[in-house]
Amino acid sequence: MENKLLKLSSSPHIRSGDSVPKVMWTVFLALLPALIWSYVIFGLMAVKLTVVCVLFAMVCEAACLKIRKQPVKSCWDGSAALTGLLVAFNVPPTIPLWMPMLGTAVAVVIVKQCFGGLGCNIFNPALIGRAFLLASFPKHMTSWTLGAQFGNPVDAVSQATPLGLLKEGGQEALLEAFGSKGSMYLDLAFGYGRGAIGCVGEISAVLLLLGGLFLLIRGIISWHIPISFLLTLAVVTFLFKGDPLFAILSGGAMLGAFFMATDMVTSPLTHKGQLIFGFGCGLLTFIIRRWGGYPEGVSYSILIMNATVPLIDGLVSNRVFGTGKK
Amino acid sequence: MSLFKEFLKGIWEKNPVLVLSLGLCPTLATSGSMKNAVGMGLSVIAVLTFSNIIISLIKSFVPSKIRIPCYIIVIAFLVTVVDMLIAGFAPELSKAIGLFIKLIVVNCIILGRAEAFAAKNNPLRAALDGLGMGIGFLIAISIIATVREVLGANKWFGLTVVPGWDPIGIMILPAGALLTFGLVMAVRNVLAQRRAK
Repeated sequence: MENKLLKLSSSPHIRSGDSVPKVMWTVFLALLPALIWSYVIFGLMAVKLTVVCVLFAMVCEAACLKIRKQPVKSCWDGSAALTGLLVAFNVPPTIPLWMPMLGTAVAVVIVKQCFGGLGCNIFNPALIGRAFLLASFPKHMTSWTLGAQFGNPVDAVSQATPLGLLKEGGQEALLEAFGSKGSMYLDLAFGYGRGAIGCVGEISAVLLLLGGLFLLIRGIISWHIPISFLLTLAVVTFLFKGDPLFAILSGGAMLGAFFMATDMVTSPLTHKGQLIFGFGCGLLTFIIRRWGGYPEGVSYSILIMNATVPLIDGLVSNRVFGTGKK
Repeated sequence: MSLFKEFLKGIWEKNPVLVLSLGLCPTLATSGSMKNAVGMGLSVIAVLTFSNIIISLIKSFVPSKIRIPCYIIVIAFLVTVVDMLIAGFAPELSKAIGLFIKLIVVNCIILGRAEAFAAKNNPLRAALDGLGMGIGFLIAISIIATVREVLGANKWFGLTVVPGWDPIGIMILPAGALLTFGLVMAVRNVLAQRRAK
């Protein structure tokens, strides 16, 4: 056997400790607080949903790798499992189990493996999974139930999400549901009370923010996309006489900004490009929420911006060292 | 090439939809249900076969500079006949896919076969080519329509397949058409590769 130490590849020779599994499991860790909170709020439903989606994503990945004659053990690298978890995070907890499984299969098999596997997909797999489900099962994907409060079991009566309330009844309906502005912010931030409603993983803005900060500190993501995303969303909402704090606390804004838009594969390479990307996501989210047919637009805005990534990368590419100025 | 092979090539080896990628607009637009797909497929077979025969018959005295307009006139005449027949005998089908029947005039399968085959071969070969290509189109669009209608509407020819099942609505939307088309094409390529080995 040849000695690996004697093998010399071309430069650079700095070795970074980062590997695909390490990055993926760090993201998992960052999602853990939100995951645990969803278990507290939605109970067994959320447990079943997330476990089934994660396992099924890995099964799909393994099957695809086998068919494509790739090393099957890469299904343990966490990328498929993360996709499965994010699909589960993006559906209502009461959805029949086979639907998110179908979404997971679409995400892993069609969006990821059909395009060439890890690192080759154009669109965020989990978000396409969500878009696929939303187009297929509009009724199941938009029926929400208020999560359990301590002592009270999950309420079976379906209700509107805060964004749905805003869309249907405007600010007055929101104030009526939450009581006061202060309690509205608190409920939304911690995903409790009237704020404990929505997709499995998006209910608590603060816990998601915590996970996002963890990723920032560990250097997995840079601040450019989430900050420009949320800042744009808040500023544009403010300019159009909306409530900026409500805009970034409600719906999937936090989950989208920190965990979906920042996907390394489907976001721009340079920091300048990432700022443009985040700006576009924020603007489109606002446009869809305000004038679109759906109350929530984070997922579609990120998908649309995913499609523009090659253009953005071409627009702001760095000058290669040693070549002339244009 | 033997006459039988001339007929057969349109079905598998040179399937107009799955191999030549021609006529995709009607394939994607009318494959939402089996009824529409079969109506479309049969219309294409009729127009394609007769246009191939007529064009093959007139090929020797059509000036080559204006051959395309001449072909279009022949095709448009046949399409008008088919369109009126459908409107007369199947008004509901005409309402659903009438626009796409009219668009057969500019369907690239038909013009393509006229230009590439009928204008260079005798009427018998041209007829067999047209018939084979038309049947190939019908088979391809029926496969796509079957997948889309069963998954997307839980129906086949309007009959319920699995009672009480929530169909995957996206499959009868345009996105589902592109998705199904790509996957069916991929399956055909895989099968063709296996056969070649």
